[in-house]
Amino acid sequence: MDQKFKQLVLDNSDQIVEMWLKEVESLKTENYTSSISDDLFESTNREFVNVIFTSVKDHGSTKVVEEFSEKIINLGWPLSYITDGLQAFRKVTIDYLLKNSDQVDSNYFSEVLESVDRWVGPLIRQLVNEYSGSWEHIVSLQRVALQELSAPLIPVMDRITIMPLIGTIDTERAKLIMENLLEGVITHNAEVVLIDITGVPVVDTMVAHHIIQAAEAVRLIGATCILVGIRPEIAQTIVNLGIDLGKFPTKSSLRKGFTSALEITNRKVIDVNGKSNTNDGNSDGIESLIDAMKQGE
Amino acid sequence: MKPETCVTIQREWDIVGARQLGRDIAKEIGFGTVDQARIATAISELARNIYLYADEGKVCFEKINRIDQKGICIIAIDTGPGIDDVSRVMEDGYSTSGGLGAGLPGVKRLMDEFDMKSDGGKGTNVKAIKYLR
Repeated sequence: MDQKFKQLVLDNSDQIVEMWLKEVESLKTENYTSSISDDLFESTNREFVNVIFTSVKDHGSTKVVEEFSEKIINLGWPLSYITDGLQAFRKVTIDYLLKNSDQVDSNYFSEVLESVDRWVGPLIRQLVNEYSGSWEHIVSLQRVALQELSAPLIPVMDRITIMPLIGTIDTERAKLIMENLLEGVITHNAEVVLIDITGVPVVDTMVAHHIIQAAEAVRLIGATCILVGIRPEIAQTIVNLGIDLGKFPTKSSLRKGFTSALEITNRKVIDVNGKSNTNDGNSDGIESLIDAMKQGE
Repeated sequence: MKPETCVTIQREWDIVGARQLGRDIAKEIGFGTVDQARIATAISELARNIYLYADEGKVCFEKINRIDQKGICIIAIDTGPGIDDVSRVMEDGYSTSGGLGAGLPGVKRLMDEFDMKSDGGKGTNVKAIKYLR
């Protein structure tokens, strides 16, 4: 019976495709794909219906399905396009099969349903799996990318390193910050570490707690930690929360922090221009370098 | 005064979602940057408490829009184990998780009104209001 239905559907694929396209077209006006150009929608629909028919014909050819779901993701179309499309195919095919048969009893009816389900079911599963699998892949790649960005340590100068923090700090990141900080202090032989929190949107007790712990750990291995980039509103919330950051030096900006880091390591920035330097071009170069450094805060 | 919008807290990143939504609402009401930071921090504390102690709960926001006063109301509801000694957790430096113990008393100081109800074993309900001055 299944073979018979299949043959019937394949032989009359033109009619079913027409019905299907009409069905999908009506879905378009309702929702998601309203911003998509008609041409693209049309051609993708054609491709989709081809995928469906090839898959019905030779029982799930993975290659075609994979390529198609890849394409849908690249286009940025929602998953509902796939599920709606297959749902429409199921409906249209069942309609067609029932309309074009003379004897329709409950037995026949259930056989039609079963056959069509057998074709569409695996296809839905496969497409949805492909689609969600691709998303998971993207998310995991982004997670790795984010992790690489999460706690960078920059050795700006001999004995001075800076860790600029941007974005939300969660427990996982706090752990990374601590590890990178301590490791960096040892490998770069740093005496002063500047933690810059200019880019951290909210400093709550948890974030403060992690910073305090990191600073304490840095102190234990013999370096000094300076917390810089405390914006006025963050300073106020820290005071309101009643967090004691008195155990290590804090500064409003990276520039001030860097100056005190130089002081701690017994150095300072000298304005070369003020001296009797004859080579103007050269001194300009140094000046702009220092300016650039200042602006980099 | 309604409508109420809620964020369900289940994972750590939900805290960020709640915070962002709260900050947006606060900005809409017209709070300045300092108060926005206060509100965001308070939301962060309340949401983190849910995440740490109660597994599941939600943070809801209400706009207060009376003739004489405008403001934001944050309601944190969970069905966790509850708090045995409410007066104890409002003390500075008291923490059962090795934290700083500044969360709840901090929220009280960050906001204008603060109210907490907790029945042992039946969850906790915290309500905090910040008025626009």
